[in-house]
Amino acid sequence: MTDHLTSLQYTAQHEWLEITDDIATIGITDYAAEQLGDVVYVDLPDVGSMLTMGEAIGEIESTKSVSDLYAPVAGEVIEVNEEVDANPDLVNSSPFEDGWLIKVRVTDVAAGLLDRDAYLAMTGSGS
Amino acid sequence: MTNSTSDSMDGADAGAEADGGAPRETPLRAEHEALGAAFTDFGGWWMPVRYTSDRAEHTAVREAAGLFDISHMGEIFVRGPQAGEYLDFALAGRLSAVKVGRAKYTMLLAPDGGILDDLVVYRLGEREFLVIANAANRETVATELTARADGFDVTVTDASDGYALLALQGPRAVTILDEVVADGTISGLGMPLAEVKNYAWTDANFTPGDVVVESRATTDRNLTPGEPGVDNRAKTDHNLTPGDSGVGGGGSAGGDAPAGSGSGTTPLLLARTGYTGEDGFELYVAAEHAPELWRALLAAGESHGLVPAGLAARDTLRLEAGMPLYGHELSRDIVPAQAGLGRIIPADKRGFIGEPALEPRPQAPVLVGLVAEGRRAGRAGYAVHQGDRVVGEITSGALSPTLGHPIALAYVDRAVAEDPDTDLSIDVRGTSIRARLTTPPFYRRTS
Repeated sequence: MTDHLTSLQYTAQHEWLEITDDIATIGITDYAAEQLGDVVYVDLPDVGSMLTMGEAIGEIESTKSVSDLYAPVAGEVIEVNEEVDANPDLVNSSPFEDGWLIKVRVTDVAAGLLDRDAYLAMTGSGS
Repeated sequence: MTNSTSDSMDGADAGAEADGGAPRETPLRAEHEALGAAFTDFGGWWMPVRYTSDRAEHTAVREAAGLFDISHMGEIFVRGPQAGEYLDFALAGRLSAVKVGRAKYTMLLAPDGGILDDLVVYRLGEREFLVIANAANRETVATELTARADGFDVTVTDASDGYALLALQGPRAVTILDEVVADGTISGLGMPLAEVKNYAWTDANFTPGDVVVESRATTDRNLTPGEPGVDNRAKTDHNLTPGDSGVGGGGSAGGDAPAGSGSGTTPLLLARTGYTGEDGFELYVAAEHAPELWRALLAAGESHGLVPAGLAARDTLRLEAGMPLYGHELSRDIVPAQAGLGRIIPADKRGFIGEPALEPRPQAPVLVGLVAEGRRAGRAGYAVHQGDRVVGEITSGALSPTLGHPIALAYVDRAVAEDPDTDLSIDVRGTSIRARLTTPPFYRRTS
């Protein structure tokens, strides 16, 4: 698990990316899930939609708040996590595994992605 | 991911953002941290928003019990021979008619009838009342009550810093309290727990178990009811009266903190009140003894499903129960009748501050309940539509944890509110969600 988290890249908006070849799997971090509280609804882009980097592509609603999800990559959505639609609490219980959100065939990736240590430093979580 | 709408009860800050500096802390902050709580600034206070999961804490209160730290609430004493008639003048309700031992929900109104705060007032004695104010409005309430006392033989004392307030809420609250009574942790009850009616209170003593408590001077104003030699006043009154400054000690700015009624015990006011729609109690105790009481209750309740519960759960619980939150449903620009609370002012009452609240306001929007399907909730500030027309605005909304569908409180045009068949929709960030009018509460307990 620790190795897995170290292999991921992170954004300042609390998303994680796992990029293998040209496919990025994207989710939100445990820190973000904790800050949100219980996630009750996840609105994700449709399969086949084209993402523009930095645009709002979905929403994550918790009991107490609504947060926008921004595209950290450009490209085509090739898969969305249907399980999360049925069980939004997966985002809380397994943010890095079963709670992943979308897979994108990327044409471009945001500059300035963080590694695990930099992300932890940013959130003040220590390492 | 960035937060676009945070509903985290920040509307209550609309009252008075206390100092503008660092938020204040309750005496239980270390307890909350040890339990892994996430915190939020609420009304100028650094409060636990959740410990584990909002929904789990919410469900625990509905099905078993939850323990809340609500020490941010303000405690203001009103004492004097004219206390009753003074409060009739200063507040919306007729407090002089409240019997000793009972409590009443009421409001502090501005001269034009607008709501400055909603309050629970306990009658502690013939000449003594305890006014509970919302955290963000505490200064406003204390200031107004003091100003309005001019010409009355009363004293107004803001004792908030000396007190902690714990709320034990849920169907198993009585069972849990019975255990701490049975083992002597709480003693000296003025009446058996089961006989404490809704919106009533009784005296008790708390014996902190796991710390050595300084021996305290017993004064004649702090006798336990039933003790030999008590005077008439002590027989009918509570034992939560202030001690000399230095006796109550512990963090009290005004010296108006509860004093011990004997060696090793500290007075407790046990009230059958709450803000969750469930049975339960609120326990007022000297701030310095709050951690021991918190631990004693959690320990006794563990086997009954008691969990510590944060403000997120408190907010969804009160919303399901249709209870208003100051800064959301209630504000300076709203009169009680608009919020469906016209009954808090007796129809024949005259000669009090805020009397214009009684005037009919046919043009003013009124508070309604909205229910929708699906999982996307309308939230505070979202527009309510009838066709293409905006007819109102949501003041609180959430996916109801108990009911499983979205619920909201909203102010809408009166004509809309009076047509039960009207077809409404909520603009959820550009998506139109159909909604149906209903009369709160959304949830009502069955027993």
